[in-house]
Amino acid sequence: MTSSVFRRVSRILSLLAALLVTPMPLAAQDLSSLVARLGESSFSEKIEAVEALATLGDDRAISALEALGDGRLNVTAEKRVVILDGQKVIDAITLEPIAGLSPESLDRVVVNNRLRGAIATAVGKLTIFSLDRNRRLAAARNAFRSGTAETAAILERAITEEIDSEVRAAMAFSLNAARLSFGTKDERLVAIAALSGSSDPEVRALLGRLRGSADVDPDVLAAAEKAMERVESRLELIGYAENLFQGISLGSVLLLAAIGLAITFGVMGVINMAHGEMIMLGAYSAFVVQQVFRTFLPPVWIDAYLLTAIPVGFVVAASFGMALERCVIRFLYGRPLETLLATWGISLILQQLVRTIFGAPNKEVANPSWMTGGFEVVAGFVVTWNRLYIVIFCFVVLASIAAVLRYTTFGLQMRAVTQNRDMASAMGVRTARVDTLTFGLGSGIAGMAGVALSQIGNVSPNLGTFYIVDSFMVVVFGGVGNLLGTLVAAMSLGIVNKFLEPFAGAVLGKIAVLIFIILFIQKRPRGLFALRGRAAEA
Amino acid sequence: MPPSFSSILGTRGWAVFLGIGVFLIIGVPILNLLPQDWPIHLPGYLVPLLGKYACYAILALSLDLVWGYAGILSLGHGVFFALGGYCMGMYLMRQIGTRGVYGNPLLPDFMVFLNWKELPWYWYGFDHFAFAAIMALVVPGLLALVFGWLAFRSRVTGVYFSIITQALTYALMLAFFRNDMGFGGNNGMTDFKTILGFEVQAPSTRLGLYAASVIALGASFLLCRFVVVSRFGRVLLAIRDGESRVRFLGYSVTSAKLLAFTLSAGLAGLAGALYVPQIGIINPSEFSPANSIDVAIWVAVGGRGTLWGAMLGAALVSWLKTFFTGAAPEFWLFILGGLFILVTLAMPTGLAGLAHRLRWLRSRPSPAAAE
Repeated sequence: MTSSVFRRVSRILSLLAALLVTPMPLAAQDLSSLVARLGESSFSEKIEAVEALATLGDDRAISALEALGDGRLNVTAEKRVVILDGQKVIDAITLEPIAGLSPESLDRVVVNNRLRGAIATAVGKLTIFSLDRNRRLAAARNAFRSGTAETAAILERAITEEIDSEVRAAMAFSLNAARLSFGTKDERLVAIAALSGSSDPEVRALLGRLRGSADVDPDVLAAAEKAMERVESRLELIGYAENLFQGISLGSVLLLAAIGLAITFGVMGVINMAHGEMIMLGAYSAFVVQQVFRTFLPPVWIDAYLLTAIPVGFVVAASFGMALERCVIRFLYGRPLETLLATWGISLILQQLVRTIFGAPNKEVANPSWMTGGFEVVAGFVVTWNRLYIVIFCFVVLASIAAVLRYTTFGLQMRAVTQNRDMASAMGVRTARVDTLTFGLGSGIAGMAGVALSQIGNVSPNLGTFYIVDSFMVVVFGGVGNLLGTLVAAMSLGIVNKFLEPFAGAVLGKIAVLIFIILFIQKRPRGLFALRGRAAEA
Repeated sequence: MPPSFSSILGTRGWAVFLGIGVFLIIGVPILNLLPQDWPIHLPGYLVPLLGKYACYAILALSLDLVWGYAGILSLGHGVFFALGGYCMGMYLMRQIGTRGVYGNPLLPDFMVFLNWKELPWYWYGFDHFAFAAIMALVVPGLLALVFGWLAFRSRVTGVYFSIITQALTYALMLAFFRNDMGFGGNNGMTDFKTILGFEVQAPSTRLGLYAASVIALGASFLLCRFVVVSRFGRVLLAIRDGESRVRFLGYSVTSAKLLAFTLSAGLAGLAGALYVPQIGIINPSEFSPANSIDVAIWVAVGGRGTLWGAMLGAALVSWLKTFFTGAAPEFWLFILGGLFILVTLAMPTGLAGLAHRLRWLRSRPSPAAAE
C-alpha cells in the first residue's frame, strides 16, 4: 500500500520536475508512446490512443493518424510504428526516411469503421489547434460542412485561444453553423442573427435545411425565415455584381478585338476578314516571347514576359497588317466585296501558316504570377486578376487611341480621310500613306488584343475565328469609325450577353444578341452613332 | 412578255447544254456500268462525288443569281443549303423507322437517347417525301423572305449585308449544335436506310440520285437563265450597277431584290436536299460561316454573272479540294487562300472572263495579217 502511494507520488514528482526542466522531450515521448500504441492489435486500445492523441493536442500526430486512416500505417518486426509512403518507409512522427526496411517486412495496421470515425474527429481537433495558421483556417472552414455537436464544443475552445482574426472569424462562422444545427433554442437564435449577415450560398442551404426539419421552435423558424430573406437578397445582389463584372470583362475583350476593325473599316471602308488572324498572331507572339524568356533569361524575369509581349505583339501584327495593305488591299479600293474575299483568303493562309509552324494543338501561355488568383470583394464574389487587368488594359488602349486620334498629326489626317477622302487628298494629305498606317495601327491593336486574350483562353491557330463574328457585330452595332460607338456597343453586348446567360444559357444568349443586332439594323442601319451628313451616304 | 426559247440560250448554247446534259445523264451511268477492267470504266465511288459536285453547282448558281446579277453578296447561302438538307434529313430519319439502334417505331434514335417521349410538332409530316421535298424549298425560301425583307427594306447593302448574313449562319450554327433543338445536335442526322423505298447505299440508288441532281442542275440553270434574260433580270442588273437610279426610275428595288433572294434561297435548299442522301449525313457544321464563304469563291473563280461560270467554278474548286485534301491536306488552305487572293486581284471576271478574252483575241485579226 505504502509502496504504491510512494510510487505514485514519486511518479508525479518526477513528472513535475520533467515538466519544469524539459517540457518538450516529455511531450515528445508521450507523443511517441501514444503513436506506438496505434500499432496495438486491439481496436479499443487503438481508439483510446487516438483519443489520447487528440486530447494531447500535438499536431505532429496528424500524419500518423491520417496514415492510419488510409491504411498506410505499418508495424515493423520490432513493433516500431512507421508510415509506408509509396515504396519508402518513413518514421511516423519525424517523417524522416528509415533506411534498411523493405515494405514486405511490414505489418499493416488494421482499421475498422469505429476507429475511422475516431480518427476523423481527432484529425479535425488537431488541425484546429495546429501551429500552422493556414491549416487552422482550413480546418475551421471544413468544420462548417461537418458541423456536429462535438465540433461546436471544440470550436468554442479553439476560438478562445485563437489569435489570428481571420481564423477566428472562420471559426465563429462554423461555430454558428454547428449551433444552428445542434444548439439550444437561444443558441440557435444567436447563431441565426450572426449568420444572417453572411452572403455564403451554404448558409442559405443550412437555413433551408433548418426550415425543412420537423422539431424546430416557431421563434427559431421565424428568425430563420427572416435571415433567409436577407441572405437571399444579398446573394442576388452579389449575383448582379458578378454578372456585371463578367459582362464588363467580356465587353472589354470584345472591345479590344473590335477597335482595330472599327478603325480600318471607318477609314477605308473595307472589311478585314483577316482581323481575327491578327489577334491570333498577337497571341502567338505572347507565346514566343514567353518561350524566349523561359529559355534565355533567369527564372526571376519570367513575370515580365507579358509586358514585353505587348509591344512585340503590336509590332508583329502591325507589320503583317501593313504588308497586307501594301500587297493586296491597296489594289482593291472601291471594291469592298472583293476586299472581303481577298482578306478571307489571307486569313486562311495565315491560319495554315501558324498551324504548319507551331502545330495544331493549343499552346500554353501561362499567367504571370501577378495575374493569377484574385481577390474577394465580398464573400462569394471573387474578382480574378487576369480579368481585371484586361479590363484596365482595354481602357488604357482605348484612351491611347483616342489621344492619338485627337492630338497627333496622323490622327488628324486619319479623321480627315474618314470624313472625306477626296477633300483630304486635295488638301495635301497623302491618303495612301494614311491608309497603310491606319491598317498598321488597326492590326497592331488586334495584336495587343491577342496578347491579352492569350491570358484568358486557348492559343490555337483558329483563335481568331472565335472573335471575328463578335467583333463584326460590335462594329455594326456601334457604327463605323467611332470609338465611342465601339465602346458602348462592346460593353452593352458584353453585359447583355452575361445577363442573358443565366436565363437562356450561353448559346441561346448569343443567338438572342445576334438576332437583336439584325433587328437593330432595321432602325439604325449605320449603327448607334452614325456619321451624319454627306459622308454617311458615301 | 416571257422570254422566248431562243433568248434563253442561243442555238449553240442549246446544243452545248443538251450535249453536256446527255453525256452526264446517260454517258456517266453507262461508263459506270461497263465491266470493271475496261480502262474507261468509271469507278463506283465517283458517282456520288459527281452528284455532290452537281449539288454544289446548284448552290453556286443560286449565289451567282444574287451576287452576279443583283450585286448582293450573301455570305449565308450555306444556311439555305443546310436547311434544305435538314428537311431531307428529317424525311430520311423518319424512313429509318424501327431499323434504328433503339428500334423505336415513333422516335429517331437521338430523341430516344435524349429521353424524349414524343415527336416535336415540327417533325410532323416529314414522313411523307412530298412534304419534305416541298419544305426543303419552302423553309429556306421563307427564311430568306423574312430576313431579306428586314434587310432590304432598311437598305442594308454591300458589306453590311454580307456581315449580317454571316452572323445569321453563325447564329444558326450555334442553334443547331444544341441538343434540345430537336435536330440531332452535334451529331446531326445520319445512318439513313432508304429513300422512297430504295436502299440509300445501293449503287443503283446512287446512280438515280446522281441523275436527279444533274437534272435538277440543268433545270436550275434554265430557270436562272429564264430569270436573267427576262425584264426582271434586267432590273436586277440595273440594281447591281446603280441602285439609286433604279429606285428613282420607279422600280421597287426592295421587292426585286427580295424576289431574287428568295428564289436563290429555294435553289440552295434544293441543292441541300439532293446533297444529303448522297453524302449520308447532315450536321451543324454545314452552317459554318467558312462553308458559305467558300461558295463565293466558287462563283468568283468561275466568273460572276455568267451562271455557267459559277457551275464550272463550283465543280473545279470542289475537285481541287477533293484532290488536295487527299494528297496534301496541309497545303489545301494555302491553295484555297491563294485562290481567293489571286481571283480577286488578278482575274476579277474569273474563268468566264478569261474565256471571253481569249475568244476576243482570236476573233480579232492579228496585226501582222492586217499589214
